[in-house]
Amino acid sequence: MKKNGVKMTASTAVVRIISYICVMFFSLMCLMPFLLMISASFSDEGIITREGFGLLPKGFSLAAYGWVFRYPKVILGSYGVTITMTVFGTILGLFLIAMTGYALQRQDFPFRNALSFFIYFTTLFSAGMAPTYIWVSRYLNLKGSYMAVFLQLLMTPWLIILMKNFARSVPYEITESGKMDGADDFKIFITLILPMLKPALATVGLFLALGYWNEWYNSMLYLGSAVTYKPLQYYLYSIINTAAQLKSSMAGAAITITDLPSNTLKMATAVVATGPIIFLYPFVQRYFISGITIGAVKG
Amino acid sequence: MKAKGKNQGVQALWHRKLIGKVIRDNHILILMCLPATLFFIIFFYCPLPGIYIAFTNYNFRDGIFGSPFVGFKNFEFLMKSGQLWALTRNTVLYNLAFILLGNVLQIILAIMVNEIRCSWFKKVSQTIMFLPYFISAVLIGVLAFNILNYDTGALNTLIRSAGANPVKIYSMAGIWPFIIILCNIWQQTGYGSIVYFASICGIDSQIIEAAEVDGATSWQRIRYIILPSLKPTFIILMLFALGGIMKGNFGLFYNLIGPANSQLFPNTDIIETFVFRTMMNQNNFATSSAVGLYQSVFGFILVMFSNWVVRKIDPDYALF
Repeated sequence: MKKNGVKMTASTAVVRIISYICVMFFSLMCLMPFLLMISASFSDEGIITREGFGLLPKGFSLAAYGWVFRYPKVILGSYGVTITMTVFGTILGLFLIAMTGYALQRQDFPFRNALSFFIYFTTLFSAGMAPTYIWVSRYLNLKGSYMAVFLQLLMTPWLIILMKNFARSVPYEITESGKMDGADDFKIFITLILPMLKPALATVGLFLALGYWNEWYNSMLYLGSAVTYKPLQYYLYSIINTAAQLKSSMAGAAITITDLPSNTLKMATAVVATGPIIFLYPFVQRYFISGITIGAVKG
Repeated sequence: MKAKGKNQGVQALWHRKLIGKVIRDNHILILMCLPATLFFIIFFYCPLPGIYIAFTNYNFRDGIFGSPFVGFKNFEFLMKSGQLWALTRNTVLYNLAFILLGNVLQIILAIMVNEIRCSWFKKVSQTIMFLPYFISAVLIGVLAFNILNYDTGALNTLIRSAGANPVKIYSMAGIWPFIIILCNIWQQTGYGSIVYFASICGIDSQIIEAAEVDGATSWQRIRYIILPSLKPTFIILMLFALGGIMKGNFGLFYNLIGPANSQLFPNTDIIETFVFRTMMNQNNFATSSAVGLYQSVFGFILVMFSNWVVRKIDPDYALF
């Protein structure tokens, strides 16, 4: 290996080799739990009960997946709820965040600092879990409503700050040229600014979508067993945590717990609930990277 | 006196007119911020008066302001029972481990990735290392259970096949701090290293080339150019992380330990998990609010302090 005509010294070679080995090792460690999960989901329940999970599937079987889709309404309903929330939440949240972020970085907007602080303050001091829970469930009356989940994930101060930082890089002359043409601020935002914010919209939108897809916390607090179709990750949570839940969510029919391949079923449910995000992720990765490099320190 | 009063009155009127004009001139920008402002009012400011619960003996029938006021009794109880101290200790120690170990490993990883010249290897390994960051906390719990459980866990399969006796990891309290720290590192290191990787890429390439021409080895390059250049990023990230040291990662702890495995709690209970359990399992909203308020107040002080330190070091990085 040569670079700039300088020969690679032994010490450089050692550093390189160690780097390759360590990076490879850490990558394998990151991948391993996923491989274990996938192989477990394709395993035969009988062998698993006797021998336990391993890196390779034991006695290849699709029985667990058969059970996941045995009463397709349950899992497809969960998919429906999660996809609907993700799509609408991301679109609405993105629009509101972009609008706010653009307005808050406008140097000619006199309330920008006051409003920015008003939003940012919520990360510094909050009422805490219990008062928030009582407020949302008792006073907003959202207990058992999908709205409790949908609304609370619409935006975060961090995403607004991120958008603000992105919007700052759009030259002010563009806003000015819009003003010259007699357009109002909202029209300037829609027609001139929004198209220029595409990378920002991709980044912020992906964080929003990920938030909706991975949501389980608000579902656990506010939905519980009040809804027929649980958001996907919360459905997975219930399958994992209670055998009784497993039975009832499988439509209750005349199955005894011993009939259920409960070990492999848990893993198959996990694969089904996570699958889409893992397949999408390599394509959208770069937008997350720009998110952390632009928003990391501030925010 | 009279003149001054009149003057003030005129000023106030003038002021009000001015404010009215400013609002009228900017009404569209104000309207654009309105949805977000309302969002934060409804979901973050409105619950604030509910903090009062921490000073009451809250019961559902009487509601927040009808329940009997008990002053600082809830806090006293938590202090005397030693719970508050144990929770604070766990939360802070876990966070310290996450922050110190996490940042050091992130720097090491970033430097190592930077040493890699083979571009497809770099790309693939980075993709894999970022992956754990994008899964839900629930799935982390599932993956850990898959490896660690007694009956079918992959680890115990391995132990059994080696002829040894399987271990009941879910009832060994002492081992959990290591498992939790490991899980946190597993999830965060790849993604967290991006910040450091980006600042390595930001180093002036002329400096590095000059060093190479002068015959600097890889190790010297790392030691005398890369590490010093990462110092500011490291310090700033560290300070902000320390500002958040009272806040725990609820999802991680809750999904790894669960709500009922109480023999692990002395080693694994953090403020968030305690607050959640007291509220949802025991319906003790008063105690839960008291711990939450304690956390908010001290968290606030810590953020203010760390921001003050950051401002002293480099005002550009300060949050406000």
